[in-house]
Amino acid sequence: MEQDGERVLSDLVFWLAGAVAVFTAWRVFRTDSMVRAAYWLMASFVAVGVILVLLHADFLGLVLLLMMAGEMTIMAIFMVMFMMNPAGLNPMMMVHQHRTSIVAGVVAFLGLAAVGVFAVFPVALAVPTPDTTAQLGRELLGDSMLVFETAGVALFATMIGAIAIASERGRYGTADEGSVEPPAELTNGGAP
Amino acid sequence: MTLPGLLVVAAALFGIGVYGALSQQSFVMIMMGLELMLNAAILAAVAFWARSAGGTPKGQLLAVVVMAVMAVEAAVGFALVTNIYRIRKADITEKLKALRG
Repeated sequence: MEQDGERVLSDLVFWLAGAVAVFTAWRVFRTDSMVRAAYWLMASFVAVGVILVLLHADFLGLVLLLMMAGEMTIMAIFMVMFMMNPAGLNPMMMVHQHRTSIVAGVVAFLGLAAVGVFAVFPVALAVPTPDTTAQLGRELLGDSMLVFETAGVALFATMIGAIAIASERGRYGTADEGSVEPPAELTNGGAP
Repeated sequence: MTLPGLLVVAAALFGIGVYGALSQQSFVMIMMGLELMLNAAILAAVAFWARSAGGTPKGQLLAVVVMAVMAVEAAVGFALVTNIYRIRKADITEKLKALRG
């Protein structure tokens, strides 16, 4: 009986969190302020994190929350740095190919939802046991250590690459050195 | 909290992400659409892990890899936005009609 009550409660929380996730995701593209859009997106991630915790993926859920809180803070700063109208003082609707995009989004939803509802997936013989975090830890630093470490190296290389792309000055001068076209008439020995 | 229910929520998030990535003009808003799609992928992966794969640790590993992809996407995306703004003063896709710098 107690198990049933627990299941009903977790179902209730799941549908609530799912509705919040979808609603806030929709609000991301419907708010006038880009900073607010970043925080709507964060709310959507928080709701998905709650669902992950409900599914006993405690570690993944909490990591998702931490990662997204940091990333959305960075995103909000980027909005203020680069984008017009970060505070949402004026109405804003910056879209192109709107009708096509709506159709594409609806088709993607209907197609994937149809697969989710109508496809027959294998049913789990076992359910996740409470110590999923310990299992993940053993997997990450045991059998799948090579995969995990490769992903780590890839991430590290990407970060170096991102900094190289974003930096204004390279090792040998400005970042666009060599990509500036030379003047029509060669002066100063042809240097740009 | 059945598998179809979870997958429908994930599909809705993915659909909204597709709409955002295709319709938005601002680079950062496009990135938000991509993040939503990856969010849906994580949710679907964990749903399969919990409901269909019997909680094998490998399923969680897939979700960890998708999260790494998400971090990479954000890092590279922000770097590109910074660079494009610096060189061309562009913050929306319409300002990048010519490929040539």
